[in-house]
Amino acid sequence: MRDIRTEEMLLNMGPQHPSTHGVFRVVIRTDGEMVLETESHIGYLHRCFEKVAENVSYVQVVPYTDRMDYVCSMINNLGWAEAVEKLLGIEAPERAQYIRVMVAELNRIASHLLAFGTYGMDIGAVTPFLYAFRDREKILKIFEKLCGQRLNYTYVRVGGVSFDITDEILKDIEDFCNYFEPDIIDEYNRLLSYNGIFISRTANVGVIPRQMAIGYGLTGPNLRGSGVRRDLRKDEPYCIYDRFQFEIPAGSGEQGQTGDCWDRYMVRIREMTQSIMIVRQALKGIPSGLHLDKKLQLKVKPPKGEAYHKVEGARGELGFHIVSDGSEKPYRVKTRGPSFCNISVLDELTRTGKCMVADMVAIIGSLDIVMGEVDR
Amino acid sequence: MAEAEKSGAAGAAAGKAAAPKGPGALSRRIAKGKADAAKLFPILKEKFGAAILEEQPQVVEPFVVIDPEILVEFAAFCRDDARLQFDLLSLISTVDYPPKDAERGTIQVIYFLDSTAHRHRLMFKVKLPRDNPRVPSVENLWRAADWHEREAFDLMGVIFEGHHNLVRILCAEDWEGHALRKDYVIPETYHGIKNVIY
Repeated sequence: MRDIRTEEMLLNMGPQHPSTHGVFRVVIRTDGEMVLETESHIGYLHRCFEKVAENVSYVQVVPYTDRMDYVCSMINNLGWAEAVEKLLGIEAPERAQYIRVMVAELNRIASHLLAFGTYGMDIGAVTPFLYAFRDREKILKIFEKLCGQRLNYTYVRVGGVSFDITDEILKDIEDFCNYFEPDIIDEYNRLLSYNGIFISRTANVGVIPRQMAIGYGLTGPNLRGSGVRRDLRKDEPYCIYDRFQFEIPAGSGEQGQTGDCWDRYMVRIREMTQSIMIVRQALKGIPSGLHLDKKLQLKVKPPKGEAYHKVEGARGELGFHIVSDGSEKPYRVKTRGPSFCNISVLDELTRTGKCMVADMVAIIGSLDIVMGEVDR
Repeated sequence: MAEAEKSGAAGAAAGKAAAPKGPGALSRRIAKGKADAAKLFPILKEKFGAAILEEQPQVVEPFVVIDPEILVEFAAFCRDDARLQFDLLSLISTVDYPPKDAERGTIQVIYFLDSTAHRHRLMFKVKLPRDNPRVPSVENLWRAADWHEREAFDLMGVIFEGHHNLVRILCAEDWEGHALRKDYVIPETYHGIKNVIY
């Protein structure tokens, strides 16, 4: 027994590590299995999107926004398009608004499915990942039909959407809704959500109290997991979200404390049901008409001024602050990437003295970060 | 502007089929921002008087410009006053204006606040001299400011006084210069890696 060493050890996790969800590095000070302290290092994917945006036109920025939160590109495109529209003082055509809502919600489901699948893998359950990808594939197929792309769509443009939606695709979306809800979500719940091992790995782990969540600027499912019902789709409606009926799920400490990993996970599962509800309503109401203002595809020249526009991304509030000097290129673009704020809480969560190395993996997974957006 | 009018007409033509009534969501958001400004700016003006250097309640994104001297006091008031309760710091943005610009060599640091209780928002700016941009840190008021300030330091070179760990966050620690400055020159090489500029 004398030979067992008990001193602290510095452990480097990442930048290439399957559980860090991207190129993310954490330096962990451990005492045996316990984590004493962590230090997050980001920036490995930094390509200074904001500088690039100053050198291209408003229309050319759209593909760059795809590559920030690359599992939820539609909402990134939407945030950019609406921010520019706000500067221009215009609104997209009615039909485009409906299409935007549908693709944004489908993309939200696809993104939550990825979060669901990879979170299971982080905890040690590999099977749910395959189920999640089986269904995510169906959404990607719809998007492929719609705009030829599976991941980086560049679909939502300033003044509308790039391709009109056909009746065939609308039928596909309807089929997907009927397939997915409620059967598949029930299947996920049976498979993972209420699994005893899963609950004991995630309940009471990484608890983010309400005040801490707000203080760190957490938004999206992470904030709602802590019991704060804040959702821009309801609170500051954009697009046409105010026409639809849906609820905002929030964590309530069902399996442990409010704001633990299980709550954050479950908010995502419940949001998928709500997204399907929105898509179904949009399918019923979609009008005919223009899908795109073609003039705006060649030249966008907003008047001098600035705008800050936020939309509810799959990971939280995605904001664009654009300063225009009246030319064809933005003078300054600043992005609020939700993952950037969400991951900043990690160091605080691991400082509790009760966090084990495996818990830290559970916490990172529950925050659902995309490094493309953290580093921009 | 002419383009905006034209496209507005096109939008109206398309709308005939669906017959939307009233202003769209974006104009309602802009109106909400102006209403917030009309409600909040008098409170701020009453409290801080001449330290509020400029107010713009009627632009797309209403804002006030404050004296950097009162920043921490102002921020604390915004967070703690019962009428304001700005508990969520959404973003800290920075804009660089070179000397020949109309803003005459200033760096603006722009704070965006949200209130989860009152659901209103506020944007305020401080204007700093470009050759020595220093401003007090607000990380003790909002933890979110920690990383936002580090990013502003990294990419724009703004010094946040009193920040506990003001080091680069996105660029490598030995990176030189601040990339978002308008006069930044892209280095030709980095540790022998050639920089290809297309």
